[in-house]
Amino acid sequence: MSSVHDWEAPNPVKTNRSGLIGKAVDRYEGPLKVTGTAPYAYEVEPPSPAAYGVLVTSTVARGRIVAADTAAAEAAPGVLLVWTPFTVPAQAERPAVTDFWSASADPALEDDRVRYFGQAVGLVVADTLENATAAAKLVAFSYEQEPAQLVFDQHLGEARDPPGESDVRVGDFEAAFAAAPVTLEGTWKTPLQNHCQMEPCATTAWWEGDKLTVHTSVQMVRRTQQGLALTLQIPKENVRLLTRYIGGGFGGKGSSYEDLTLAALAARALDRPVKIALTRQQMMTVTIHRPATVMDVKLGATPDGRLTAMSLITTTHCNRRGTFTEHASNFARSLYAAPNRLTGHRLVKLDLPHAGAMRAPGEASGMLSLEVAMDELAEKLGMDPIQLRILNEPEVDPETGKPFSIRQLVRCMKEGAQLFGWDRRLPTPGQVRDGRWLVGFGMAAAIRGNFLLPARCSFFVDAEGVITVRQGMTDIGTGTYTVLAQIAAETLGVPLGAVRVEIGDSELPPAPGSGGQFGAATAGSAALDAGMNLRKAIAELAVADAGSPLFGGRPDQVTFQDGVVAIENRSERLGDLIRRAAPDGLTAQGEIRPAADARNWSQHTYGAHFCEVGVDPVTGETRMRRMLGVFAAGRILNWKTARSQLTGGMIWGVASALTEGNAIDPRYGSLINQDLASYLVPVQADIGELDAIMLDEVDDKANPMGIKGVGELGISGAGAAVANAIYNACGVRVRDYPITPDKLLAGLMAKGM
Amino acid sequence: MRTTITVNGQARALDLDPRTTLLDALREHLRLTGAKKGCDHGQCGACTVLVNGVRINSCLSLAVMHDGDEVTSIEGLGTTEALHPVQRAFLTEDAFQCGYCTPGQICSTVGMLAELEAAIPSQETPRGAKPALTDAEIRERMSGNICRCSAYPQIVAAIKSAAEAMA
Repeated sequence: MSSVHDWEAPNPVKTNRSGLIGKAVDRYEGPLKVTGTAPYAYEVEPPSPAAYGVLVTSTVARGRIVAADTAAAEAAPGVLLVWTPFTVPAQAERPAVTDFWSASADPALEDDRVRYFGQAVGLVVADTLENATAAAKLVAFSYEQEPAQLVFDQHLGEARDPPGESDVRVGDFEAAFAAAPVTLEGTWKTPLQNHCQMEPCATTAWWEGDKLTVHTSVQMVRRTQQGLALTLQIPKENVRLLTRYIGGGFGGKGSSYEDLTLAALAARALDRPVKIALTRQQMMTVTIHRPATVMDVKLGATPDGRLTAMSLITTTHCNRRGTFTEHASNFARSLYAAPNRLTGHRLVKLDLPHAGAMRAPGEASGMLSLEVAMDELAEKLGMDPIQLRILNEPEVDPETGKPFSIRQLVRCMKEGAQLFGWDRRLPTPGQVRDGRWLVGFGMAAAIRGNFLLPARCSFFVDAEGVITVRQGMTDIGTGTYTVLAQIAAETLGVPLGAVRVEIGDSELPPAPGSGGQFGAATAGSAALDAGMNLRKAIAELAVADAGSPLFGGRPDQVTFQDGVVAIENRSERLGDLIRRAAPDGLTAQGEIRPAADARNWSQHTYGAHFCEVGVDPVTGETRMRRMLGVFAAGRILNWKTARSQLTGGMIWGVASALTEGNAIDPRYGSLINQDLASYLVPVQADIGELDAIMLDEVDDKANPMGIKGVGELGISGAGAAVANAIYNACGVRVRDYPITPDKLLAGLMAKGM
Repeated sequence: MRTTITVNGQARALDLDPRTTLLDALREHLRLTGAKKGCDHGQCGACTVLVNGVRINSCLSLAVMHDGDEVTSIEGLGTTEALHPVQRAFLTEDAFQCGYCTPGQICSTVGMLAELEAAIPSQETPRGAKPALTDAEIRERMSGNICRCSAYPQIVAAIKSAAEAMA
């Protein structure tokens, strides 16, 4: 196995001769997206007209389906097929134990059990969408209801350690906290959140003989394709899964749902293409969500601000059948120095839809507690919050003692403070007015882990000198197409216009997909390796070809730039060489694997958020007026798309602080906010002036390119900066997110404002 | 029901189920899939098209109500070879990520710029006053188009740069 030291060697991405690495180029697939011509899964043209499927969902939270009356639906105009758990075709059984990274069977309508409100329990397929939608309302289920556990707060007493996990202890937390001269203790709550990707999950499926083609909207190509083959009990090679354009993922499309399995089954049963999209309302329950948390924070410090004790215990929930844990305490293990530490998680089983990963799982929730607790502690100590953080900056990972690969958190805070004008902040709350608004500043640190997973890639050069990148990777809006094109162009020394990128297809070399902000590093590193191997193949071809000016030279001396291969002053166009010496083109494979010694370093991305809010003391309304994030996340492949990832994440953080969250109806177990009118994601008018700045950085322990991820860093800590700004504006702390006007008003009135 | 709608300058004769929305008529019958279905309830704006020059949520409107109307969808604004100035600006300012809300944002922008031209009032600009293309005005008038990727700052920048290019 490789070592991180193998990655220290120079390579074309590091050398960056053409200057394409980092360049703020427009998105590769951008022209298709701005003209509406990028086909998303529901829009792909099947070989013959598709029938339309619509799901039917459960109206109780827990119980058994005792009868399904499908007669009216079956008799309705245009209906081709009605399935319930009693009539759905046989599929593989769900294994007792599954893990996220391995493909496993995921049967749809698998049994008569109802495990949550809004679970898929039926399918209607008709000739038109209107007929299918109308007929789906006619399917009548009778349930035998069972008592359901629905309200998280009422079941905290049943919280247990997640399977296979226990608390992490360093030193003696309890003794140190008891002895600490200054302490801070509090409980923060975050609500259940929904991904609300703009594109609802959708699948178009058809069969040609025993070969299945599915276009679907998922983040993971290979695992989903293999899982579908297992579910349908057919050979993997008979399933081709494509996912070329994805209308947002954010973790919610890391799994696939009933649209995929049922479209495939129905297309087989009807011998015609079938497409199924979830409705917006179904997206809320059929797909996963970020679970609510209750976070208990305890900090102990010396009077001069050194942390002596730190604890973060998160309690969260998942479906009675699930195992997902929102690891909201993990980030705290690497953030601040404190000799005595206690972190851990507790899990409550509920009869709610499945919990799962949503943008920065762990950090997005967790930093909303600790980063506000640090602000409160700073005030208690009479210190500037940045100063408190700098004072507790660890030299090595405070839990494991491992060195950091690189850590520029302090630089992010200092540069951010200067750019934002932090010195104008008045430490005492409620001192600044702008008309009816009370104005305040807040800041928070950001940390998010960095990961590298195994991936493959192939590069092909044709007789025109055009490079084609092929990888079973996805672009969920992250910029994958674009950064792969940049890596290919820089590596082979060709213009960006001479690169094609083919991704989102299970027949291409496998990559893990998009998630955990590992995409660019993982997919890109495999691409760099493929590019290096193609360079080598081209160089060997050139020096062995008697017709080439490079003939007889040394392959390691061949340079690649401007579409030309050269050894010193001997050169020819890449296309000319290939056309003459390898007219069918050349292919090279590439691969990346995590280094054997990668875990010897504590590796993260960092940042600092600064926010200015206005709070209306009469209405309790908060307006985000101005926000700046400064980030250190390794080498940046594309300053334009990376900045967009970061600003997008920051806006998610603003929403977590101010508006976003769902609630459970305790009578039924349904989600109260069922659509985009009631589930409040931000709109234009919610967002003021906002920017993200990236520091120069190279993390040579991360991967051969020294890059890291940015997709989840932006949200981490952003909401805490907003919450801290609200306190600085008006002197009220609300520890129950989101900080809505009703909660803030209660505090404002208590203060007599 | 028989309905004739002029779509992107072409008269299209359709025989539609009266329940078919304008959005589904475009997407499923005319195979113009640029207008997107994000919520089907007029809450997200992804389906925005121009009807007789005015932006509407096409999911909230039945197709048969538009007999004789002129509909412009994203496909009628520009092509990859000849982008509309608003499409060009969205591309260069990186005013999108996943791209699913983008056709709606762009159609909405074109409609919004016409509303400014016609001095249609908003929360920011009272009746009778001439609205200016300020950030606040753009944010107010574009709040019917959700972008979950949250490219909002980039969308404001794109709209300003498009307006400049079109002036």
